Amino acid sequence: MKFLDALLGRSKPKQPKLDALFGVTGAAITLEAAAGMRPTGQAAVCFKPASGQGFAAAAEELHDLLELAVKEAGSTVSVTDDRYGYRWVVLTDPEMEDLVTSVHLVNSTLEQYGFGPQLLCSVFAFSTPEGQRFHLVYLYKRGTFYPFAPLGGERRDNELELRVKATLEGDLPIEPELGRWFALWGLPLG
Amino acid sequence: MARTRFAADAGLASRMVLTMFLLGLLYVVFVAVLVALKIPLILVLLIAGGFLFFQYFFSDRIALSSMRGREVSPEQAPELHQMVDRLCALADMPKPRVAVADSDLPNAFATGRNQKHAVVCVTTGILRRLSTPELEAVLSHELSHVAHRDVAVMTIASFLGILAGFVVRSSIYAGAYGGGGGWGRSNDRDNNAGAVILLVVLASAVVYALSFLLTRLLSRYRELSADRAGAILIGRPSLLAAALVKITGEMGRIPTRDLRAAEPLNAFFLVPALAPGFSFSSLFATHPPLERRLEQLAQLEAQLGRPA
Repeated sequence: MKFLDALLGRSKPKQPKLDALFGVTGAAITLEAAAGMRPTGQAAVCFKPASGQGFAAAAEELHDLLELAVKEAGSTVSVTDDRYGYRWVVLTDPEMEDLVTSVHLVNSTLEQYGFGPQLLCSVFAFSTPEGQRFHLVYLYKRGTFYPFAPLGGERRDNELELRVKATLEGDLPIEPELGRWFALWGLPLG
Repeated sequence: MARTRFAADAGLASRMVLTMFLLGLLYVVFVAVLVALKIPLILVLLIAGGFLFFQYFFSDRIALSSMRGREVSPEQAPELHQMVDRLCALADMPKPRVAVADSDLPNAFATGRNQKHAVVCVTTGILRRLSTPELEAVLSHELSHVAHRDVAVMTIASFLGILAGFVVRSSIYAGAYGGGGGWGRSNDRDNNAGAVILLVVLASAVVYALSFLLTRLLSRYRELSADRAGAILIGRPSLLAAALVKITGEMGRIPTRDLRAAEPLNAFFLVPALAPGFSFSSLFATHPPLERRLEQLAQLEAQLGRPA
C-alpha cells in the first residue's frame, strides 16, 4: 500500500502507539537499581494544538479530566506553549505510576477526539546521583524511547545518553536510529 | 474512536489516477508509432533513459545548485532545524538535509529521489517574510512532497516528454543530413525516408505537447496533495493558507485599511472583472491557482470545526 500511497500522493496521518509508554515504570526501577538514577517526579506531554472548535472541545475536556485526576492523586499540572507552537502539559507527582497514568489520560483524551496524530512526544525527567538532569523521551509515532541529556548552551551529554541507552535496552524499545534522537531545547521541565 | 478528523479526498486521487492513465496511454501509443515506423527503439530508449537516470539520481544536487542553496548545520540554523526535527517526529519520517538559498524571492522547495536523499531548501526571503508558525506550515508542505516521493513520480512522468523531445531533435538532424546516416534502414529509398522522418517529427511534437500538458496537470494535483497532507500534519490549515497568501504577494487582498475610511473612495475603484474561469495560462502552470489551494484549505479547516 505504501507504493500506492506514494503514487497517489496521499499520506495518512500517522497514528500514535500508546502501549509502550507503560514500560517506563519498569525502566525507572532498572535505572535506579543499575545506576542510581532516580525520576524527579516530573513528566510532560507535548502535542501540536489544532485549530477549530473540535480541538477546543477536546482541550476543554482534557482540562476537566486532568483537574479531577490531579485532585485524586495529589499531583500538580500546568500548561505552557513553547515558541515553536507546541503545547506542553507538565505533570508533577512523586509516584511514577501516577505520572504515567496522567500522561496516558492526555493521550487517550486526544485520541478519542481524533487528534492522536497531533501527539509529538512524552518526556519523563530523571537525575543522576551527581544531580545531572536527563530525560527519557517517548516518540509516539515510533513507539520508541530515547534519552536526552541537555548541557548548557544547546549541547548534549552524549556519553550519559549512551549509558542510559545501554542500561535500558532490555526494558524499553530504544530508538535504533540515532538520527531520530531529536533535541528538545528549552523544554519546560526543571 | 475517531482515528483522524479529516475525510479522505477521493476526488483528488481519482483525478490523479486519470491523469497518470492518460500519460501512460500516450506513452504506449507513442512507442507503437515508433515501432510501426521501424525506428531503432532500443537506441532511443537508452539515450532517453540515460537522461532520466541522471535527473533521478542527481535531482537533489541539480536543484540545490541551480537555486544556489547551501546546506546548513543545526549550529548555523538552530530554529529551522528544530522545526524540521519536530515535524519529522510528528510525521514519523527520517530527517532530510536542510538548506538555505540566498535569494530575496520568498520560496521553498524539496527535492531528492527518496526520503533518505531528500533536501528541504528555503530562501532567505521566505525566512524574513513569514512568521515562525507560517514557516512551519510551509516546511510541512515541503516535507509532504518528500513523503509522497514527488521527485520520483514527476521524473518518471516527464520521461515521455524527454523521449519525444529527443526524437524530434534527432529526426531533424537525420533529415538535415539527407537521411544518410540517420535511421539507416531505407537508404535506398530516399523519398520514403523523408516522409517517415516528417511523420516522426510530427508525431513526436504532438506527443511532446500532450505529455507536457499532462505532466503539468499531474504536478498541480501533487501540489494540492502536499497542501492537504501538510495542513493535516500541523493541524492548522489556515496557517498554510496565510503563508501561501503572503508568499504569492497577494496580501493586498486582505486590506488593512478601515472599512469606513476606504468606503468613500470605493466609487472611484474599477473592480477588474476577473472571471474565475478557464484560461490558457492555467493549463501550463505547475501550481494550482491560489484560489483553488485556499478553497481546499478552507474545507479542511471546516472539518476541524465540527464537533466530535
